[in-house]
Amino acid sequence: MQHGEVLLRAEGLVKHFPLKEGIFFKHEVGRVKAVDGVDLEVRSGETLGLVGETGCGKSTLARSIMRLYPLTAGKLVFDGTDLSTLSRSEMRPHRRGMQMIFQDPYGSLNPRRRVGSIIGDPLAIHKVADGADRKLRVQELMRVVGLNPEHYNRFPAEFSGGQRQRIGVARALALNPKLIVCDEPVSALDVSIQAQVINLLEDLQQEFGLTYIFIAHDLAVVQHVSDRVAVMYLGKIVEVAEAQDLYRTPRHPYTNALLSASVVADPDKARTRDRVILSGDVPSPINPPSGCRFHTRCPKAQPLCSTDEPQLVVRPGDAPSHETACHFPVAEGEKLASQKATILHAVEGFLAEAPA
Amino acid sequence: MTLLSVDNLTVSFPTADGTVQAVRGLSFSVDSGKTLGVVGESGSGKSVSALTMLGLNPGGDTTGSAKFNGRELLTMSQPELRKIRGAEIAMIFQDPLSSLHPHFRVGWQIAEAIRTHTGVSKDEAMSQAVELLRLVNIPQPERRVRAYPHEMSGGMRQRVMIAMALALKPKLLIADEPTTALDATVQAQLMELLVQMQHELGMAMIIITHDLGVIASVADDVLVMYAGRAAERADARSIFLTPHHPYTRGLLGSVPSATGVMGSRLIPIVGAPPSMINAPSGCGFHPRCPFAMEACLDEQPVLEDIPTGVGHASACWLPPEMTGVGVAMDTARQRYAGTHRGPRSAKLPGVVAAAEEASVYA
Repeated sequence: MQHGEVLLRAEGLVKHFPLKEGIFFKHEVGRVKAVDGVDLEVRSGETLGLVGETGCGKSTLARSIMRLYPLTAGKLVFDGTDLSTLSRSEMRPHRRGMQMIFQDPYGSLNPRRRVGSIIGDPLAIHKVADGADRKLRVQELMRVVGLNPEHYNRFPAEFSGGQRQRIGVARALALNPKLIVCDEPVSALDVSIQAQVINLLEDLQQEFGLTYIFIAHDLAVVQHVSDRVAVMYLGKIVEVAEAQDLYRTPRHPYTNALLSASVVADPDKARTRDRVILSGDVPSPINPPSGCRFHTRCPKAQPLCSTDEPQLVVRPGDAPSHETACHFPVAEGEKLASQKATILHAVEGFLAEAPA
Repeated sequence: MTLLSVDNLTVSFPTADGTVQAVRGLSFSVDSGKTLGVVGESGSGKSVSALTMLGLNPGGDTTGSAKFNGRELLTMSQPELRKIRGAEIAMIFQDPLSSLHPHFRVGWQIAEAIRTHTGVSKDEAMSQAVELLRLVNIPQPERRVRAYPHEMSGGMRQRVMIAMALALKPKLLIADEPTTALDATVQAQLMELLVQMQHELGMAMIIITHDLGVIASVADDVLVMYAGRAAERADARSIFLTPHHPYTRGLLGSVPSATGVMGSRLIPIVGAPPSMINAPSGCGFHPRCPFAMEACLDEQPVLEDIPTGVGHASACWLPPEMTGVGVAMDTARQRYAGTHRGPRSAKLPGVVAAAEEASVYA
């Protein structure tokens, strides 16, 4: 596969989780629309960042792409093969090409198994290497991710958080995959350890020509590692663009709010800029708002937004790779209304009313 | 005016494996109306020192002093502390689910805090609880006071914690990772609320966090902690622009800055934080420090003023004028050049070396 060709394509990907009630006669009473129609392309050799708040469907999308869940609807083409309708056993040979790194380095490793056998698992399952051969390959992998190969027989509990995450990386690398889905790979780690793991992932990408889907809620980390970034809100992608483009000229009001809410590690910048503060929380994905799902919190919402759902398309004046799903995209330099005054008003109201 | 001054605080916990020296001689002070940001990695003693001041740390052996408004907190009896906690010093904990009682409605829990410290009636306390929920931007507060904690989302619960902490308009608010578990947009709302509240009430805040971004946006002064000690203390601008302690520089080098050059490499700190049962000799940071010298192994440097800013102090043997992210970081970069840069093949063994170093202290 050539660098830059489409490695994975999702078309209209949908994953709903049914909510059931009843003891003997279970019937569906609603659906959690975790992923609700996602179109996405991942090109060979790139890092696609996926950002969004809790409950927006980032992890469900990742797991759907890995086919860890059966899809509700939609098409998923990986490396020229349509995976969306394959059965579990038909799926197995294709799993060699795609692996996953999980968020929690404590929960994702079996505490009762030795590190060597954890990393060797994929080799055993896919019958790639046996016995001494497997041990040699595992030790090689441990060396590649910066673990001491002599620690082959240790248990996960004997490693620190950062080292455990390296074990997870080694396990994902075992079968020479093309695509690695990293679901919040550094958010459970200390700041100084985060940088070690990010650098390791970058090195491995260059060394082995890997493609990453990198999920995180830390926008600075995503900007640092990604070539392209997709922003999700309530099961939909609302904006996707080259990383530089997205951070410089965000078009969707939600992207604007998210970027301005993310804290900058620079005291001068952090205090002088205008922050767009949104009202309220993310609505429930069981009953997502009609039309544009962001309209309930959007500072630019118009009547049209609550009835018509905007499509993810290139807006006039944007780069061809920059797609936005918004009826009224934010112009460059435009200031969005902030809830700052409302908060101040609430504080003053409270203090005036409460007895001293 | 100094509201809280902590002097030479030490806290240790006896465990089966040995004594954990969580805090090893920590001194700092907070003025009324100001915000102190405390940064450091997990296990650096940030939370323990806050809990100890409030007498919420019964298992620890404590020495030193912590004076709040002239009164010594560490020797105070529990009934006296109880009068201060919640009313004069309030605390917001990191995990709202385990800090709220699962069995009581949130309105009841807020009202209880109010009734414990003031003589108001039940109904009056409950109506104050409704106002507080409205303040922290919870929709339909009249209905939500009757909700149980499990019926709320994480962001909602953290708002309830904040409402409870603000209920009695404390003089000092200690917020331990107040927004770490929250999403960026909700975090922005709540930090704005805290800052506005502080502005109106003139309360002092201590914000404990590992997020340098939060520090950059709200803190007046910053205390950087490492291995139970203060590594560096300064106003927020000096910490970010002219850091002195290599640990502070390491932290700044580890976070991708949204303004930095794209594609530039992060400069991580090698190794992992030490175990506090066998803390390293001398300066606790020397095993991970790119500048480590002989002196660092033997003797802990004291927190001394350096000339770059008023009240800027650093506990490091490096010459006091050697500050800054730029020049000094270049030295560190050169130390890394052999391992983390250059041809790919040469790079990977370097990572191994770093990891092996880490395993010694893991």
